[in-house]
Amino acid sequence: MATLDAHIPEGPVAEKWESHRFNMRLVNPANKRRFDVIVVGSGLAGASAAATMAELGYNVKVFTFHDSPRRAHSIAAQGGINAAKNYQNDGDSVHRLFYDTVKGGDFRSREANVYRLAQVSVDIIDQCVAQGVPFAREYGGLLENRSFGGVQVSRTFYARGQTGQQLLLGAYQALMRQVGLGTVQLHPRTEMLDLVVVDGRAVGVVIRDLTTGEITSHSAHAVVLATGGYGNVYYLSTNAKKSNATAAWRAHRRGAMFANACYTQIHPTCIPASDEFQSKLTLMSESLRNDGRIWVPKDENDTRSAEQIPEDDRDYYLERQYPSFGNLVPRDVASRAAKRQVDTGRGVGPKKNGVYLDFADAIKRLGHDVIEERYGNLIEMYERITGEDPYKMPMRIYPATHYTMGGLWVDYNLMSNVPGLFVLGEANFSDHGANRLGASALMQGLADGYFILPYTIGDYLAGLLGQKAVGTDHPAFAEAQTGVQDQVKQFMGIGGTRSVDDFHRELGKIVWDRIGMERDRAGLEQALRDIPALKADFYRDLRILGDTTVNDSLEKAGRVADFFELAELMARDALHREESCGGHFRVEHQHEDGEAKRDDENFSYVGAWEWNGPDTPQTLHKEQLTFDNVHLATRSYR
Amino acid sequence: MNFTLKVWRQNGPGDRGRFETYEATNISEEMSFLEVLDVVNEDLIRKGTEPVQFEHDCREGICGSCGMMINGQAHGPQRGTATCQLHMRKFKDGETIVVEPWRSASFPVIRDLVVNRSAFDRIIEAGGFITVNTGTAVEANTLPVPKAVADAAMDAAQCIGCGACVAACPNGAAQLFTSAKLAHLNLLPQGQAERWTRTEAMVETMEEYFGTCTNHGECETACPKNISIDFIAYMNRDYMKSKTANRKLGGQGLN
Repeated sequence: MATLDAHIPEGPVAEKWESHRFNMRLVNPANKRRFDVIVVGSGLAGASAAATMAELGYNVKVFTFHDSPRRAHSIAAQGGINAAKNYQNDGDSVHRLFYDTVKGGDFRSREANVYRLAQVSVDIIDQCVAQGVPFAREYGGLLENRSFGGVQVSRTFYARGQTGQQLLLGAYQALMRQVGLGTVQLHPRTEMLDLVVVDGRAVGVVIRDLTTGEITSHSAHAVVLATGGYGNVYYLSTNAKKSNATAAWRAHRRGAMFANACYTQIHPTCIPASDEFQSKLTLMSESLRNDGRIWVPKDENDTRSAEQIPEDDRDYYLERQYPSFGNLVPRDVASRAAKRQVDTGRGVGPKKNGVYLDFADAIKRLGHDVIEERYGNLIEMYERITGEDPYKMPMRIYPATHYTMGGLWVDYNLMSNVPGLFVLGEANFSDHGANRLGASALMQGLADGYFILPYTIGDYLAGLLGQKAVGTDHPAFAEAQTGVQDQVKQFMGIGGTRSVDDFHRELGKIVWDRIGMERDRAGLEQALRDIPALKADFYRDLRILGDTTVNDSLEKAGRVADFFELAELMARDALHREESCGGHFRVEHQHEDGEAKRDDENFSYVGAWEWNGPDTPQTLHKEQLTFDNVHLATRSYR
Repeated sequence: MNFTLKVWRQNGPGDRGRFETYEATNISEEMSFLEVLDVVNEDLIRKGTEPVQFEHDCREGICGSCGMMINGQAHGPQRGTATCQLHMRKFKDGETIVVEPWRSASFPVIRDLVVNRSAFDRIIEAGGFITVNTGTAVEANTLPVPKAVADAAMDAAQCIGCGACVAACPNGAAQLFTSAKLAHLNLLPQGQAERWTRTEAMVETMEEYFGTCTNHGECETACPKNISIDFIAYMNRDYMKSKTANRKLGGQGLN
């Protein structure tokens, strides 16, 4: 039976990281050369970790399924990155960023981790500026900030609407410098399909080359997963098409616990789906809610176009329901409110599947030019996709899956319960609790990769001094490789009638309907019947054509197979969590006014699930959360 | 809407390749170009034909994965738009659309519309960075960067590395890509220490893999991020200077 120990250092929260850094063992420079580390994924967390470890002297191998590390999905983040610099002199501090993040996460994250995140946030900005990340500047040449949802200070650094791109390119360039120096071996177009565990330790991975189809083993002293989140389990999401949970899930199947699977974030402002072949949903930055007003027609049968609907016939429902925060309520609250409007038939657009986000008042107040300067690139993107002009017609928006707070369980050192397996960024569960605040994902990815893992991995490796990495001739590698080969053969051999996408779309619909913005017992139990039934169809009726070299369908088949299992775990996790918190809203657990009802007495813990084999439900382990530095309170935005 | 697609199929780098014709029927004008390829592929799978392989990921014009020649134009007819953001309302009902992979010997075809663009990574590896190990940075606001400089650097830094510039160029030159990264880093005060070595290394690596620029300007027209060819002039100037600046003696301090 596995046990969970978060290894949180002793002492006051503000001193834990400092004292921990002193107490951790070091590896001297000559010995670093003797250690091999595998990094899977090349987004913000993976690229920054790989570059930093190589700078320190470790031998690093990086695997990414993209053709270049620069394509990782971190690149698509728009809004910005938070840091407690207090450049605006508006009362920000490490403690306030810590507090806002714990509260925003609805008191379901680990205090010590979040405090450390806030502490290193300031170093991230310094590092990125030194790398040449072109952040927005004031006329005096100093860094500019903007505000973001859920907080009262301006602490978000940004590079136009492309902050993720610029931060990722910074990390990518640092990584490519090491590739040029020969300290990092880069393996693009490769996918990790299994984790190899020997004597309880992670010692390597099995990789499929996506160009040649070759399956190979790679061993190392430690394995780092920085493979992103699982939002694509919903099929339609704001995630890139190839984002997937496979690396994390295969590690779970090898013993790493998967935590808080039901904590998923649905972002309120995305462009609604237009047809059944819609392949993904596009996010419109949260910043739009600063000037846009959200409304629907009062009469569900109103067929007039938006500009012909007079003021009295409109329902600005967020302003009505939440007079003090209005259109700026947090993401989870805004999303559920939009869903309720559409569910009651008051949705707008040809499919009645959106709500209006209207800039008319802001244009009247500030002028067309100011709105264009603030949101020009977003408005242009909207127009390109929908063919409608938001300067004349309100935007239509609807919530979409955006981020997953759940992930592989890790301790304070970012190590999973399998020694030697470290998990960074969105792939771990650690810092955002049940709801992530805007502009915090980039912060966490880079904190993990630049400033946390490079220290904590040294402590682990120091214990392996003098030991060679387990060779790939160990039978465990052969066994894992055979498993991967068998799965490829299995997919190619089914010879059914339906495409992978066809199954994925159907799975996504179940997950969205039953484990989406609102969950209830009956729906979750239904999901636990529907998902296995569809999974059985998948293994009976899947059709993969072509060969095992370049084959998009074959790649997707493995990922969708894992999404089936993950979706079941999400349903089980959501079912067991008899409370509402953050992104997890159980219809049975709400206050009379429809707000989420948390149950701190019974559910103030991390739910980490242990794999028991494909046909047996996972076992739940609980890591109790304690709050010594923030006061547990009900969030209210009215 | 209905379309006839003539799509380039090629099994691998060694295969001669050929056009195949596929019908795309009942297409909504709301669909993106890649969604039409999705529909065509679904149809092919139903009929037992291997689907068309193409590169794609974020589908919001930022990752740089997608890219194909559409009716002979890199990323198709709409200015400043990557293939994934191109929507069918830009085409006429009943039109025949020709789809090919990036045209450049420097980007060998892997399969169908998928090409190998790793030469771009080699250029970045040669010098497309500022050498600053993690943890060595000074406090960010100790180094003011004039807003105009930061804005110009950002204009260059927007490059998504898709390769449209190379594909559109009659010479298969990578000047726009290389100069965008060079300008991003060479404009900033943080990038000055390595300015001349970076320039020489990146330009010469570029020349190992790509053709020569003869100022056609097709790259700028094809660029989904509207990156200006002014940056090429900037790069050429820096490259000339680097030849003296990088001399061991006497060249130091030149700028």
